[in-house]
Amino acid sequence: MTNGLLGKKLGMTQMYDDAGRLVPVTVIEAGPCRVAQIKTFERDGYEAVQLAFGEVPERKLTKGQRGHLKAAQVPASRRLREFKKLGDVQIGQVVKADLFQKGDWVDVQGVSKGKGFQGVMKRHHYAGGPASHGSMFHRAPGSIGSSSYPSRVWKNKALPGQMGNVNVTVQRLKVFDVRPDENLVFVSGAVPGADGGTVVVRKSKKA
Amino acid sequence: MNRLERIQRSLVRKSVPSFEIGDTVRVHVKVVEGEKERIQVFEGVVISRKGGRNSETFTVRKVSYGVGVERIFPVHSPAVSRVDVMRQGKVRRAKLYYLRGRKGKMAKISEREFSAQSKGQGGTARSGPTKPAELEATPQEAVPAGKV
Repeated sequence: MTNGLLGKKLGMTQMYDDAGRLVPVTVIEAGPCRVAQIKTFERDGYEAVQLAFGEVPERKLTKGQRGHLKAAQVPASRRLREFKKLGDVQIGQVVKADLFQKGDWVDVQGVSKGKGFQGVMKRHHYAGGPASHGSMFHRAPGSIGSSSYPSRVWKNKALPGQMGNVNVTVQRLKVFDVRPDENLVFVSGAVPGADGGTVVVRKSKKA
Repeated sequence: MNRLERIQRSLVRKSVPSFEIGDTVRVHVKVVEGEKERIQVFEGVVISRKGGRNSETFTVRKVSYGVGVERIFPVHSPAVSRVDVMRQGKVRRAKLYYLRGRKGKMAKISEREFSAQSKGQGGTARSGPTKPAELEATPQEAVPAGKV
């Protein structure tokens, strides 16, 4: 099997735990994923399992993609991604949500919501200046360094720019519930990305 | 209905307490104190009901020693063990926030006659103005019963 699988973020809701406390949960449609390719030491120099997820009409794929999936006898899929190989895996095998159990810790990776080009107040939590009393300094970054030393701007200086739309991983989220027959995984807390976005659910590094 | 909505509907409790805005209710809440669990009762007027599916809540207001107290209960919480309707109120709004600014006689809600067309679940089977909305098969207590 693999150490994780691909899924779709359906959205957030709330559930009660055994103690009757209300817990915010994210509902993820995890799998079913099909094994499209197995990378081996001999041929590729490393070991991995490539999973395919998300049904899509065949005409949406390029000929190359179609051929690749056909070789593994996997239906046309939107997403392909490699995962760590754990134990025995066959091409065409189905990986489902029963990979996880209630109470497991998982890492969830997704592409965060894009915010576009943003200034320093929103992007880096600069304080900005006073709004009124003739201040003339509102949302600008202000000074970005000193003069003769270093005579340049430090690397990684926080400045305006593209915000969001990057890969984000949230580590160590608890699996609140699993419904394998409905391909559902309930993860406590929030998960990166918009509803409907593709996410990677993996066994946690920090379990 | 989208997928998430369907999942949310699967998370609601089986028997939802039936009451309406303006009703005077007794909410039985499970309280855990250390090891022990006991039932606490909160009696007041339902002034709002908001949210939907599994995250629906209702607000109960009472005046305690001259101080207004409001508690918000999730409809589907396992801690809310039972909701008894003591008195049905006749109101014309969905939210009774106007009660917050009123005192004494001004804050009174006139009683509603027994109405068969009430919107609540099982409303057609109402046998009187003091029908308890039971969640679990617990014996009725302290209910001025009409035809029970």
